[in-house]
Amino acid sequence: MTTSAPSPIAPDSATVSRPLVNRLGPLAWMRRNLFSTWYNALLTVLIVWVLAQAIPALFHWLISNSLLAPATSQECRLVDGACWAFIQEKYRLILFGTFPYNQQWRPLFAVVLVIAMLLASCDRRMWNRRLGVIWGVGMTMVAILMWGGVLGLDYVENSLWGGLPLTLLLAVVGLAVAFPLSILLALGRRSRLPIIKSLSVTYIELIRGVPLISLLFMASVMLPLFLPVGMNPDKLLRAQIAFIMFAAAYLAEVIRGGLQAIPRGQYEAADALGLTYWQKTVKIILPQALTIVIPPIVNTFIAFFKDTSLVMIIGIFDLMNASKAALNDAEWRGFYRESYLFIAVIYFVFCFFMSKYSQSLERDLKRGHQH
Amino acid sequence: MNAKILAAVAAAAAVGLAGGVAQAGATFDAVKAKGFVQCGVNTGLPGFSAPDSTGAWTGIDVDICRATAAAVFGDATKVKYTPLTAQQRFTALQSGEIDVLSRNTTWTLTRDTALGLNFPPTIFYDGQGFLVAKSLGIKSVKELDGAAICVQTGTTTELNLADYFRTHGLKFTPVVIEKEDEVVRTFFSGRCDAFTSDTSQLAGVRSSVAPKPEDYVVLPEVISKEPLGPAVRHGDDQWFDVVKWTIYAMLEAEEKGITSKNVDEFLTSKDPTVQRLLGITPGMGKALGVDEKWAYNVIKEVGNYSEIYERNVGSGSPLKLERGLNALWTAGGLMYAPPIR
Repeated sequence: MTTSAPSPIAPDSATVSRPLVNRLGPLAWMRRNLFSTWYNALLTVLIVWVLAQAIPALFHWLISNSLLAPATSQECRLVDGACWAFIQEKYRLILFGTFPYNQQWRPLFAVVLVIAMLLASCDRRMWNRRLGVIWGVGMTMVAILMWGGVLGLDYVENSLWGGLPLTLLLAVVGLAVAFPLSILLALGRRSRLPIIKSLSVTYIELIRGVPLISLLFMASVMLPLFLPVGMNPDKLLRAQIAFIMFAAAYLAEVIRGGLQAIPRGQYEAADALGLTYWQKTVKIILPQALTIVIPPIVNTFIAFFKDTSLVMIIGIFDLMNASKAALNDAEWRGFYRESYLFIAVIYFVFCFFMSKYSQSLERDLKRGHQH
Repeated sequence: MNAKILAAVAAAAAVGLAGGVAQAGATFDAVKAKGFVQCGVNTGLPGFSAPDSTGAWTGIDVDICRATAAAVFGDATKVKYTPLTAQQRFTALQSGEIDVLSRNTTWTLTRDTALGLNFPPTIFYDGQGFLVAKSLGIKSVKELDGAAICVQTGTTTELNLADYFRTHGLKFTPVVIEKEDEVVRTFFSGRCDAFTSDTSQLAGVRSSVAPKPEDYVVLPEVISKEPLGPAVRHGDDQWFDVVKWTIYAMLEAEEKGITSKNVDEFLTSKDPTVQRLLGITPGMGKALGVDEKWAYNVIKEVGNYSEIYERNVGSGSPLKLERGLNALWTAGGLMYAPPIR
């Protein structure tokens, strides 16, 4: 910010041969940026003081006073630092839940595969039929890895799935199914056909009117009572469906915002060209509308990625619940900070990446609009 | 008109529910047919039910599931676990999602009747107790007159505490805190002389959160009743019997000194009770509709009551709970198995 802009305190520009920035020494920089007024000075001092207090303490807790693997829980309780031995003992339970222990390379590969597919999808050159094929093949492989039962893999029922793969699958499958559904709902809500419109409005308002937690409860507690005894659709499937229904309603409203932001002229021009409704929607309206709403869509994606942790309340061992389960070992109780920090880092990496990617995507796609 | 519709809906619902119960009468047959016991457990309660580091379920509640499977199939591994939250547990049982609920459930009248559950014998008598620092030198709650006592707010624990102290003419200063971990931290920071909660929880807290567990003791008095045990749904008495007698068999085994290690030596026992229990004298298995070796399998694969108690919550576990009320009747506790004959 102090670079090329002409500054009021700069001498006559004619006499200056080099850029201003080089003349600003560290002291002058601090004076201008940190101590320009008395309250800025006060804030600077305050922040430096807080950092000086916090950083050594954090360093102490995180590193110098922490204990690694051979340490027992008893030894950990006696010191005043992080007990990384707890994470070393429990990371497989936290990451993979109750998946059979000697088979846990399978969920590990599944996670790697899903992440690889997500990264591949980030590249805009891949946005064509190829991507569909990649996901089709990839998800089949994930399903084989997780369920097994073929190719000599033991069958693992999905009530045993847990941890990171479960969180990722809930989020990825949920959003992948909810997204097209939400586009239909958003179009339906703006439709001129009264039945389609009222159905869409009713659905969206009904789902948005209840908390996700109550939908999950309905799916897991109420639904089985209405079905005949012995017919119990899978618990994970029920949660996944509740999740899709909820995400679709929210995304639909986000996309409707984009649809409404398109100027009337675009619709009219498309009509004037004699395009059909679907040609108009797919080729003219949606590409523009979706570009506009990238930030809120990603916002919703991030929110839903984290909302998967709500499945905890119906006893499904996602990443969050698995970390709580790790704390319920009588031997290793009480290491909350280490456990939550561990999964917070995992959640953060995913969410931060999504957020960064959406920023770059926005820049790329906006380029076309900046004439 | 409206009343009529309501009545019709209610009738339909009643028929639906009754139908459900009638169908569920075949729990025992259904379990035998599918080849495993679907067991509802807690998503995580130290010592009772929690996955260990390898993701395998352990705990005293879990061992009840395993024992039931051993009685029915002769194989304690034929169990599938459904981790349940407190809200889900009764629906899961009523809807037939699980065959037996073994999730530290308190036996009460309304649950036994209106919720349509049957309670096999209690496997853990819990109740409200007190945790104090050893340095206070206190041996009984009666000595806590005038003490500051940490208690979680909004629980029956708080009411029980007030009642108990009033009845005994004692004074106390409650330190009421809402969150469990905060109340625990407050106690260990030394703000209260005692901390009151369910004794199993006190023991867990002592073993896990206390900097030095040996500096704290749980006082012997228990001032409320929390009989925890498994539950099955109404409508299949045979299944109820199997779960019930599986637990009694473990108690009987402890009484006779039969453990998973020495059970084979008892096969040559001259004691007619042992002979009936282990199926040397046949008849018991037939009466229950299971293999004559049912109790032998339970003891061999899971252990007697003392073994499952000690390894999960007792001296062999980090919780270090005393037997207390959970001792056999012969040792002054409440654990008593009717004659197996």
